[in-house]
Amino acid sequence: MTPTIQQQHFPTELFAHALRYENRADPYPAYEQLLQQPVVQMADGSWLATGHREISLLLRDPRISADRLNPQQQPIRKSLLMEDPPRHDQLRQAVTQQFIPRIMGMRDHIDTLVTELLDAHTSEQPGQLDVVADLAYPLPVTVICELLGVPREDERLFGSLARRLTRGLDPVDTQTEEEIHELQQARTELVEYLEGLIARHNADGGSDLLAGLMNDQSPDGPMDAIDLRVTLGLLLIAGHETTVNLIANGTLALLRHPDLLARLRTDPDLATPLVEEVLRYDPPVQMSGRSTLADIDIAGTTIPKGSRIRLLLAAGNRDPRRFTDPDQFLPDRADNAHLGFGGGIHYCIGATLARAEAQIALTALAGRLVSPRLAADPPPYRENAILRGPERLPVAFERLLPIRRVGDLRGPVPTLQERCP
Amino acid sequence: MTAPDTVTAPERIVVVGASLAGLRAAEALRDEGFTGELTLIGDEPYAPYDRPPLSKAVLSGWLTSDHTELPRLRDIDARWLLGTRADGLDSRTRTVTLADGRQVGYDRLLIATGTRSRPWPTERGGALHGVHLLRSRDDADRLRAALAAGPQRVLVIGAGFTGGEVASVCRDLGIEVTVTQRSGAPLSSALGGVIGGAAARWYRDAGVDLRLGTTVHALEGDADGRLRHAVLSDGTVVTAEVAVVAAGAMANTEWLAGSGLAADARGVACDASCRALTDDGTPLADVFVAGDIARWPHPLYPGQLLRLDHWDNAVAQARTAAHNMTHPPREHRDHRPLPAFWSNQFGMNLKCLGLPALADQVVVTQGALDQRQFVAAYGQRGRLVAVVAVDAPRVLDGYAALIEAQAPFPPVLNATDGPDRLEPLDADFPGTAPAAVPRTVDPSPGHLPAPSTPPAPPVQSTPPIESSPSTVSAPSVPSVPSVLAGHE
Repeated sequence: MTPTIQQQHFPTELFAHALRYENRADPYPAYEQLLQQPVVQMADGSWLATGHREISLLLRDPRISADRLNPQQQPIRKSLLMEDPPRHDQLRQAVTQQFIPRIMGMRDHIDTLVTELLDAHTSEQPGQLDVVADLAYPLPVTVICELLGVPREDERLFGSLARRLTRGLDPVDTQTEEEIHELQQARTELVEYLEGLIARHNADGGSDLLAGLMNDQSPDGPMDAIDLRVTLGLLLIAGHETTVNLIANGTLALLRHPDLLARLRTDPDLATPLVEEVLRYDPPVQMSGRSTLADIDIAGTTIPKGSRIRLLLAAGNRDPRRFTDPDQFLPDRADNAHLGFGGGIHYCIGATLARAEAQIALTALAGRLVSPRLAADPPPYRENAILRGPERLPVAFERLLPIRRVGDLRGPVPTLQERCP
Repeated sequence: MTAPDTVTAPERIVVVGASLAGLRAAEALRDEGFTGELTLIGDEPYAPYDRPPLSKAVLSGWLTSDHTELPRLRDIDARWLLGTRADGLDSRTRTVTLADGRQVGYDRLLIATGTRSRPWPTERGGALHGVHLLRSRDDADRLRAALAAGPQRVLVIGAGFTGGEVASVCRDLGIEVTVTQRSGAPLSSALGGVIGGAAARWYRDAGVDLRLGTTVHALEGDADGRLRHAVLSDGTVVTAEVAVVAAGAMANTEWLAGSGLAADARGVACDASCRALTDDGTPLADVFVAGDIARWPHPLYPGQLLRLDHWDNAVAQARTAAHNMTHPPREHRDHRPLPAFWSNQFGMNLKCLGLPALADQVVVTQGALDQRQFVAAYGQRGRLVAVVAVDAPRVLDGYAALIEAQAPFPPVLNATDGPDRLEPLDADFPGTAPAAVPRTVDPSPGHLPAPSTPPAPPVQSTPPIESSPSTVSAPSVPSVPSVLAGHE
């Protein structure tokens, strides 16, 4: 598993070390060491960028392709995530035109969903909640299903598919033979599922995003069947497997910083900078990839044309050249230009939605949980190295308050003295 | 005032100019730890407001002008003297005199009085009812009301950024519009004739009556003093009830007459750390300049003083000035931003980095000129100096590092949406204007490069400028085309 060439090559070794499952709960010390060289070549010839400045530049560089040049990659139709202009632009345009209007004004609905999910666990007695299973996972899944027009009950099927598929984003050498085989299987199953869904949708029509994509009236016309299926799959999985980690990582950070938890209880405005800091400190998407279309001079070196680059976003987020006290969780930091949503033309389409979901979920948790504490710290983590987050997040509490709406928490909270003059 | 000449920690800071640069400087001064008395002087009665929306959202009716107030980034605890114009500066006694006769003393002064639109000459119809400028909130309110009244036709004088934005809004409102432009293409003084040629197509596709190579002879009215028509240089007559003069800007420096500062209609000269220069080129330790009015030596563009009336520059320069006002000279920072500006017109977003006006060549690197979505790179003597992106705003940032590194031109990108082979063209900037034409700057709020032209004032006392590792030799760089944005 560890050939000698890697031992000769310290960054390669260190990178592999960072991705090893035993370091999943805290890969940051390894990232910190990698940050000493903001751009470095790996033993396999690919490049690794860890510096904030370098990643930012590369994400926006016109000499960059989103095609990962993955030799394992099959000649399949790529999603817009892996496409370059002009195809990327056309696909993205079609999606954003459907997506953005549908998520505007959605906060109240998200609030309702969060309330319902927590209401199910309201308790005057001490109890326990798995924040992943009970809130962080069902919330974004419900939202993306409603948005796309995917029956919520299908979640049982594609939920596990999504899980298996996201393992495919991790570096191949961290996956077992069995997992790679399972991945192929999952791809086939997902294609079948999505084709069936689209076929049924064709008949139904409707006002959801999928119907919107199918009836796109823009000059380019609707996507063809394959683009439609690939795009739908991307949205389904991206809407599934990222926000869950954002909410869980945020909960984890809050419970490890009781002062912030207390502040969020009385100051819901804290939710905005707090979520930004989660996106910096512990981002759901740890890494992205690109390749070079021309020689790129950067950080005192030249990445030759045709190279693969790994962009370790989570390391850039802790770059001491960019952020003071990078390992401190400080929602009040000014100028929090994190890489949590990437950057450049592939900047996360779902950023606004993810932010809203996380802000509302964390505010509700802070407001309704009395004396919460982590039942396991660190919690068990998922296998995934790239879409990284807890598998489960058991939180013990003394009570879970029956507040129906997060909005009720707003307004002045009477101090003890005011109540007991 | 008997303030010592040595630089001491200031107790009183006065900011003249309460617009974007003034406000952001005041906030930055507090961020830098300044706890003394802070005074902001502004000639308009309004709290600081944002200008870019005026020619877009306000004119189109999406926003009312009272919604353009600038967000406050922090409490500045300042004394506000609004609706009061500064009328004089005595840098020896460190006193600003206001138009109402009041005097305000300072330990440090920031000059941020910006620019104003160049008015249409009265003798050629400038005083007629229906003739508008567009610079202030009041201007925007008046023009908005005039457009809402449903004129048959609007005449826009000048196809720079402001002119284009006004014409675009008029078409959105269903109003017929004629635009005159002295040179052969819209935006040509800022972006050159190649990109300007593409812009001409957007104008015409939107139904604008675009008159290129044409100037306005006179605006003529009826007995009631209302605008009726314009006589153009080609002899034709355009009937219009509303005319918008978008023909350049001039710096608000009159109040500095007699102050001993190197100030004229082009702006106030300062050094790289934003310290104002006197007539003999000596930097003053206690007077700083920021925003649209400042002319300074930019290390990326040696051999000249730059003036940028860009939104981004106002913010960045305000911060630099505030830092330097509160620190001793050895801790001063140079102001060396990459120029950046934007515009929205005819349904398209234009974003520009660097100074295209310096270029001799231009090449399309992504998309195509006739696609309404493209990126074009500008080169000067084989170096990349600027990039403009049309409807591709996210792409553009990627070029910033290349411009700062003065990468070779044409750049090797191999962009997937680029042409098979890069074919640089003559950038086609208008030639030198006749001497009689005043060198003006497009007044567009929030954008447009306006590098002022040499001769630069003496700068022998300024600290040496850090030179960038470029092969462009500093002294031999030719001046920016002097017609830069000069329309009428």
